[in-house]
Amino acid sequence: MSATISHSFWNNVSYNARRYPLGVAGGIIMIVFVLAAIFASAVAPLDPFNTNAKASLAAPGPVYLMGADMMGRDVFSRLIHGARVSLAVALGATIIGSGIGCAVGLACGYIGGWFDLLVQRVTEVMQALPLLVMALVITASLGPSLRNTIVAIAIPLIPTVARVIRSNVLSLREMPYVEAAKATGMSEWRIAIIHVLPNTLAPLIVLATAQLGSTILTEASLSFLGLGVPEPYPSWGRMLSESAAEYVRTAPWLVIYPGLAISLVVFGSNLLGDALRDALDPRQRD
Amino acid sequence: MAPVLEVSGLSTVFHTRRGLVRAVQDVSFSVNAGETLAIVGESGCGKTITALSLMRLIPQPPGEIVSGSVKVDGTDLLKLSEPEMRKMRGSKIAMIFQEPMTALNPLMTVGKQIAEMVMLHDGASKQVARDRAVEMLHHVRIPEPARRAREYPHQMSGGMRQRAMIAMALACKPKVLVADEPTTALDVTIQAQILDLIGDLQKEFGTAVVLITHDLGVVAEVAQRVVVMYAGRKVEEAAVGDLFAHPLHPYPRGLLGSIPRVGSARGLDVSPDERLREITGMVPALNDLPPGCAFAPRCSLADAKCHAQVPPFELKQPDHFAACWQA
Repeated sequence: MSATISHSFWNNVSYNARRYPLGVAGGIIMIVFVLAAIFASAVAPLDPFNTNAKASLAAPGPVYLMGADMMGRDVFSRLIHGARVSLAVALGATIIGSGIGCAVGLACGYIGGWFDLLVQRVTEVMQALPLLVMALVITASLGPSLRNTIVAIAIPLIPTVARVIRSNVLSLREMPYVEAAKATGMSEWRIAIIHVLPNTLAPLIVLATAQLGSTILTEASLSFLGLGVPEPYPSWGRMLSESAAEYVRTAPWLVIYPGLAISLVVFGSNLLGDALRDALDPRQRD
Repeated sequence: MAPVLEVSGLSTVFHTRRGLVRAVQDVSFSVNAGETLAIVGESGCGKTITALSLMRLIPQPPGEIVSGSVKVDGTDLLKLSEPEMRKMRGSKIAMIFQEPMTALNPLMTVGKQIAEMVMLHDGASKQVARDRAVEMLHHVRIPEPARRAREYPHQMSGGMRQRAMIAMALACKPKVLVADEPTTALDVTIQAQILDLIGDLQKEFGTAVVLITHDLGVVAEVAQRVVVMYAGRKVEEAAVGDLFAHPLHPYPRGLLGSIPRVGSARGLDVSPDERLREITGMVPALNDLPPGCAFAPRCSLADAKCHAQVPPFELKQPDHFAACWQA
């Protein structure tokens, strides 16, 4: 039995892979980055923390593949180690923010009334503040650490997700199949979980992949202000922001490679997200 | 034999900004096991609200069932708590809806949707519930039920989805099936198949069916008794043959006169009797009903009494009831 299930699962995967080649490309990009992050110590050719005055601002070459920074640290190795922080922050904050936002949106759309009114006003207040400012206030009060950075970036994501899910739930709960489910004796919560929630998945995936990129940039800004993940641990955002102003002309590799890494992850996650959204919708099959 | 479904004095209102809308007023009827009762009337006459009231699916607020009782096998549904009512829905009283295209969750296989309900009511295991779903799909004559059970709603035609809805509604063998315009969205050949199917399953399971429709052709085909509603009230009730042969109330008479027949009005030389007749005027707004008979403004027989007093619903002929001063 389990053999047939896994067989059909792999069939499904290979079928969808042929259908969404761009999604496969996005998936490969993401897998490469995640593997690099997990096995950073093994993959990185040099110690990312090791400074070398002679190699200060060395251009890309056979030893320093992507050059070296002002303190002579290898950019390539730092990028690989930085993937840990950046991906942890991006995935962690997006998953936490979207998860909570989804729950809040579902509750608002379903419970309605004064609860909805109250929560909507709170989210409006939160949305009135820019993402960065709110993340700043939260990290400043929690103190800099990886966990606090994730929390600080996740919380400002909640309102957007909550509002999108809420509006979606409001229209979905009027669908005839929801009424039909009520007529079969299902409880409201069961209907919300098994009928309404899965149908909000499509906008949620699009939103989450879009947010993935902005979380990496927010982390960069926080690091730049000294409130992100503490030194000397590298993060892409900080690598980019600490060298952008000073060295963009003299040592452009300090800016180009971290920027490229961020762009690639954002690009890859968007490709993967779009393909996932289509692949998970049974109406797009056949 | 005691009727399976006994509705008496059911009244449902909606509290709206424009005032109290009396959608259903003092409606009573009963249905025996294996019998089909049709409720007919034009749009907005309270048919669907009656159906939803039976299931207690009226959105509250703004809706409210203000009085009456709905007894299924002697249990008054209107007196149950919401959790108790939930147990009744699907297991004792089930409903099928008008829109087969959207009444199934697009992201779940049809078999799973039926199985969900079986698990909910019978506490069956997943495997047993799945098997029951396939068996029900077989009952509603869907070919290759095992394969179809694994398909999503969009892979099925409208007629097949309606069959799947019927399979779901009957999966727990309810005593009462409320069918709200089950064939309106389907084309005519499929309509006939679906009606036959409901009839056959009804005989097999002994289900009492309340069929809501505006299609008198459907009524003639499947129902044993007919309730005619107008503006939220019952205006006539009789056995099907009786009602079609001698309708007492001018409204059903008008309805019957407005059915086109093949061959009628083919040329210019039609006799006046063969012309398609219409009921003049419009249905009154339910929040602004006339003081007397609601049909009086459209009725050619109406006199002063009709405009002043609501006619009582009473026995006019053996087993033939109507609410009309003139009948």
